[in-house]
Amino acid sequence: MSRFLRNQGWVAGLFALLIFLFVVTKLIQPGYGSGDFGSLARAVLPYAFAVAAQTVVVIAGGIDLSVAAMMALTSVTAASMMNGASEEYALFVVPFVLAMGLVLGALNGALIVVTRVPDIVVTLAMLFVLQGAALLVLGAPGGAAAEWLKASVIGTVPIPGLPDWADAWVPKALALLVVCLCIVWIPLRRSRLGLSIYAIGSNELAAFRSGVPVARTRIVAYALSGLFAAMGGLSLTISTGIGAPIPGPYLLASVAAVVLGGVALGGGKGGLLGPIIAVFVLRLVRTDLTLLAIDPNVTAIIEGAIMVAVVMFGAFITIRGRPLGATP
Amino acid sequence: MTDIATMPRPVSFGRRLKRFMADRPLIPLIILLIILVVILQILRPGILNERWIANTAKFAIPLAILAGCQTMTMLTGGIDLSVGTVATMSAFIMATQIVNQDPAVAFLLAMLPAVLIGLINGIGVGVFRVHPLIMTLGTSLIGTGFLQVYQRTVIASGARIPDFLNWLGTGLTYGFPNALLLFVPVAVLIVFMLNRTGFGRLLYAVGDNERAARLSGVRYWQVITALYVLSSLLAGITGLLYIGLIKAPSLSLAEPLVLPSVAAAVIGGTSIFGGRGGYTGTIVGALILTVLTTLLTILQMPEGGRRILFGFIVLFVTAAYLRIIEDR
Repeated sequence: MSRFLRNQGWVAGLFALLIFLFVVTKLIQPGYGSGDFGSLARAVLPYAFAVAAQTVVVIAGGIDLSVAAMMALTSVTAASMMNGASEEYALFVVPFVLAMGLVLGALNGALIVVTRVPDIVVTLAMLFVLQGAALLVLGAPGGAAAEWLKASVIGTVPIPGLPDWADAWVPKALALLVVCLCIVWIPLRRSRLGLSIYAIGSNELAAFRSGVPVARTRIVAYALSGLFAAMGGLSLTISTGIGAPIPGPYLLASVAAVVLGGVALGGGKGGLLGPIIAVFVLRLVRTDLTLLAIDPNVTAIIEGAIMVAVVMFGAFITIRGRPLGATP
Repeated sequence: MTDIATMPRPVSFGRRLKRFMADRPLIPLIILLIILVVILQILRPGILNERWIANTAKFAIPLAILAGCQTMTMLTGGIDLSVGTVATMSAFIMATQIVNQDPAVAFLLAMLPAVLIGLINGIGVGVFRVHPLIMTLGTSLIGTGFLQVYQRTVIASGARIPDFLNWLGTGLTYGFPNALLLFVPVAVLIVFMLNRTGFGRLLYAVGDNERAARLSGVRYWQVITALYVLSSLLAGITGLLYIGLIKAPSLSLAEPLVLPSVAAAVIGGTSIFGGRGGYTGTIVGALILTVLTTLLTILQMPEGGRRILFGFIVLFVTAAYLRIIEDR
């Protein structure tokens, strides 16, 4: 038990913070119920995938600045492909867009490995490229999404054997998120590949000397990041019904949630659960600000300030922790 | 016989070319600029006249000043992505405050957010050691939020472009753009500062080897804070110049200049990793990009395609410079 707490202490603390925020929300708005939780889950969906995309790369010791642009590109691609097409055609669009994310992510990784330019520069250049590509696919917000896809994030999951009141607290968007993340993450975490990703993030030279294929692992990490970003792009299209070529504020949000989630920006530490809970925390803060009837534009400022403060705090801890040899 | 004699030559020529490019990056850049102008003249015979040159200079100047911000921050291994937001903020505040205020007061009000954002950037990067990219991205997000709130409060008062800025941005005197009156002193100041003053040397020193610079007594955070404030101030002044040129205050006025400003500095031979480069190359880089944009407009390349091209230019040039440095 004590070992569990030591390893998962940060995540547990974060979870307590989330519960606390839920209590605060309930106090501000006594009517806060399952329906509001459902819309929270829907709002979290694209952010959560963006954070998952960033987490994989950060654990591997890198950073991916092209996450938001990748989401924009995959979103407009999906929206323009589904525009005017039949419902069945969407069955082909979804795997196609996911594969596109995977390939573009792998391209990110391959460029880093081949050109030997630092990841931050390569992904910055790719941010421009993907943004441009998104504008080429769709010049202005538009397109459409298949009805069954839109329905897949609205409503709740009926679980047999559970009373209706409990059912209401399991929104489809949350179930979709958990399923999509688990399908990729759990097998990865248990495989040799997952271990290699942690190894190259923790100490690249040591990993190389223990026979980890560093270049290949790095490419795979970026490919997975692209896959998660594509899921995020799809979820954007699904929840809004259109695709927008201008990237949202997902890059900064993903970095902030990664830091808040206990994943060290240096790499090799942390898991996926912490950042995902962190996303819920950040979104819930926004909900609370809205419930307090604060101007949405002011909310954006406060949210931005919180994210910058979190990133500053994370960087501060990293430099303070280093000389002592103890990292949080 | 002659074949054998010439055999080893290509290798040494390649090496010599690399050497030459690394030692005098300005000459190949000017050759590239001339080639682009010649292509333009072939595509559109007769385009090369006094009016076109003045027009090109007018559009290259705001870009060149913003690229100056990137050059200075890149010398320390940083980057300033908030320049677009800062320029937009100054321009927008100037255009709305001039309606009711004295020009001098409006000017000071317009420069206030620039100084504040620069200060926050500098403290975040210098004291908390957040990566400059993330930090400046975060402050630009917050700045945009403030601008949206501000826009609501002044919606009734309307906006006006001061005559002076109109004259500075678009006017010509004896065929020379008036903007040169601002640009020449700024350029001379930056070049002088980088090459002849202690502060300039500190920037190179910090970018080249931060640890060594610290150990030799450089107060890192003071240098960085001064640098980012200076960069923001220049961006704010660029915003005033740009509003005189574009004449339509909007919330995304200078945003399209951010990516080209990074590209101009990189093309001009400033290393994105710090410690190497200068402002003269950047000016030529800005001219190259402006001519290239004209060329792409004539070829009817859409905005998306242009962004893709600029992204690849940044990546390719960085990789090429990396090879040149490794070779030495």
